[in-house]
Amino acid sequence: MSAPRRLCTFALDGLLYGIEVDRVVEVVRGPEFTRLPLAPPVVRGLVNLRGRIVSVIELRRCLGLEERATREAPVHIVVAHGDDAVSLLVDAVGDVMQVDLELEPPPDTLRGRARDFLEGAYPLAGRLLHVLDLDRTLDAAHA
Amino acid sequence: MTGDDAILREFIAESRENLDQLDRDLVALEAAPGSRELLDRAFRAVHTLKGTCGFLGFPRLEGVAHAAEGLLARLREEGGGSDAPASRRAIAGALLATVDAVRTMLDRIERDRTDGDEDHARLIASLSALAKPRRRGRAVAPARAPRPALARREPPPPADETPARAEASLRIDVTLLDRLMNLVGELVVARNQILQVVTAGEWRRMPAAAQRLDHITSRLQDELMRTRMQPIGIAWSALPRLVRDVAADAGKEVRLELEGGETELDKTVIEAIRDPLTHLVRNAVDHGIEPPAARAAAGKPRAGRLRLHASHQGGQVRLEIADDGAGLSIERIRRRALERGLVARDRAPSLSDQEWIELVFQPGFSTAERVTRVSGRGVGMDVVRTNVERIGGTIAIESREGRGTTLRITIPLTLAIVPALVVSDGGERYAIPQLGLLETVRLEGPSGRRRIESFGGAPVFRRRGALLPLVSLRRVLDTPPLGDPEAAVHVVVVQAEGRVFGLLVDQVHDAFEIVVKPLGEAQRLGVFAGVTVLGDGKVCLILDLPGLARQAGISAAPVDPAAAAAAAVPEAAAPAERLLLAQVRPDWPVAIPLDGVLRLEEIQPGALERPGGREVVRYRGAILPLLRLAAALDPARETAAPRGPLHVVILERDGDPVGVVVEEVLDIVEQAITLDTGSRRRGVRGSAVIRGRVTDLVDLDEVLAPAVAGGGSR
Repeated sequence: MSAPRRLCTFALDGLLYGIEVDRVVEVVRGPEFTRLPLAPPVVRGLVNLRGRIVSVIELRRCLGLEERATREAPVHIVVAHGDDAVSLLVDAVGDVMQVDLELEPPPDTLRGRARDFLEGAYPLAGRLLHVLDLDRTLDAAHA
Repeated sequence: MTGDDAILREFIAESRENLDQLDRDLVALEAAPGSRELLDRAFRAVHTLKGTCGFLGFPRLEGVAHAAEGLLARLREEGGGSDAPASRRAIAGALLATVDAVRTMLDRIERDRTDGDEDHARLIASLSALAKPRRRGRAVAPARAPRPALARREPPPPADETPARAEASLRIDVTLLDRLMNLVGELVVARNQILQVVTAGEWRRMPAAAQRLDHITSRLQDELMRTRMQPIGIAWSALPRLVRDVAADAGKEVRLELEGGETELDKTVIEAIRDPLTHLVRNAVDHGIEPPAARAAAGKPRAGRLRLHASHQGGQVRLEIADDGAGLSIERIRRRALERGLVARDRAPSLSDQEWIELVFQPGFSTAERVTRVSGRGVGMDVVRTNVERIGGTIAIESREGRGTTLRITIPLTLAIVPALVVSDGGERYAIPQLGLLETVRLEGPSGRRRIESFGGAPVFRRRGALLPLVSLRRVLDTPPLGDPEAAVHVVVVQAEGRVFGLLVDQVHDAFEIVVKPLGEAQRLGVFAGVTVLGDGKVCLILDLPGLARQAGISAAPVDPAAAAAAAVPEAAAPAERLLLAQVRPDWPVAIPLDGVLRLEEIQPGALERPGGREVVRYRGAILPLLRLAAALDPARETAAPRGPLHVVILERDGDPVGVVVEEVLDIVEQAITLDTGSRRRGVRGSAVIRGRVTDLVDLDEVLAPAVAGGGSR
């Protein structure tokens, strides 16, 4: 039996994801960001968070998902990454959940980028909570 | 972080500081071996080092320090000065080698917390041999003191490599810290006031609260900047040692004079200037100053003179590196430039001496070591210039054959706040540091567009008869096209890497003072120097002009001195002046030296106040006296009060800001001017043709004298 984990949940392309709540610095809605030319596609730009300049990462692109419909305004989840902070673009933010289940590894049939960046999923009642390996995702985004 | 870590870090930082001092003391000691004070200080430094590393458990470091302490102890007992010159050199050499060895071990300790596995047996042996009491009549065999490693150090790495280890900690005056604390306290009070205004809805109290916040913020900014200011002497603390080693290596005698070491500038600038400075000093000793015999034959003192001078000038720091050596040989430069095809043969006769000398800054002027030995100066001068320009500085050279060479470097006081022009392209805004900016040209409509011509497919623009290569910001940054293709475009003429080129952008906005923030990972893209936050809270990227030039292939293109010379040095004889062009009336352009200009502002007429008949405005928490330039230059004629905001050029005058009101700010130009003093009158130094218009050059001293006398804000 594993210790209970506290995860900050969010929605991305219709699925439920979670990241360690300790890593989350804050959640911001709708700050305007500046495009960063020549950067890798997953880096959407830079945003000013009270004087701190933070890279904005499009999580859909990280995971190889489809582009978000333009009229939906994304939500920024700012997370700590090393000494820096990084802002992740997600579709919507959910609650913080305490999970007390066994983590299921990804099935063999899951291929592509999502497989590399998922720790696994918790089988919640009615749906799966996918757990993102934040460091691997972000390291790949910056490479 | 554990307590041990903190102790170790403190030990490393402090030891490095002590070693820098020891370096200087040892070099001085070699020249004045009898100095009790120097000996005592050196002994204490080594003694402390030995004690601490014994305590922290670094046996190898302790062993070396112990041997050096023994030698210093002997010198102290004998009162110094009793050794023969040869043995004195050996002693200094061994002690300096000790300093180098200790530095290496400290680096190692910092990396992996051990003092390495080298036991430095040879160094310890030679130190111990020298430490034996001297017997009369026979100098102790110097025992082949290991040569200090510094003399063999490689020249600074090319600009694109990571900079050297930057100091991670800083000593701050406690009183300054207290002032900062107080200001933060006031800031909290101001914030509470604003929160209270907002919750209680007492909006009429808002202006006062906002003004208070504004005031505290500017003071906080000023004070905080001061914590980063350090004397430039830090950057040249290693120079006496460097000069000694290089001179000894090359068999030269050099007297190093350092003046203005107390001149303060931002610590990031000091770090950035360290390498170029080291390079220039090494060059001067290695190639500039002649061997003693040659000097004597030329009727000069045997010891060459190398003088470094630093001073503040109009918000910038000027650094001068002057030697009285052989100077540059124009003949040799000419031969080499022609050999390497840097100058077309048919152009050669028309180049002036100064234009030939400037060629040493060209990449490719000298690359092979074989050439450097005969070349005199020239090794890596392009790298030096790139490094200086990278931090927004400029470098100029002056040389006279047989008389010596002088390099003049101008660098900004700080990299944290720079004046910049904000432009936009493809819907995003970018900031261009003013230091690289020459002028902007607006091309309107289809006829304007036609002025962009295609040179075999590459866009060019005719600028005063010379073809200016154009770089499309959109193409370099690979951003999607946006908006109306028929709209006006702007050519922002900039200078970087010694090349002048035009940057095509959609719009030119205002000039601001921007606070530069590092870009982190994205700095590696090579075209951005950092970011800043604009007034609306959005992030704005700062363009790195040298990087942009490289990205666009500007500096990799074959050198065309004709275009470069025509654009960069209009008249080689007269140095280029940086001028702010403005007009005081529609038909009356004036030029103000840019050196004294702090920033440009627009002030709403409603903000004007007139205590005692003089015009002032509250500005950044102080009272800014205003002076109407039109009235000052031509008191006889009444000037119609302008509608709309006042265009104010903020100047520094004896440390206080003064605002000069002009009708419009036109541009900034850098060009050599020929002053016609026939039109000299009160407030005008004379006139010159700038941009095809006769322009009055404003004499700030005369114009501002009454404004300051009558407008003292205290």
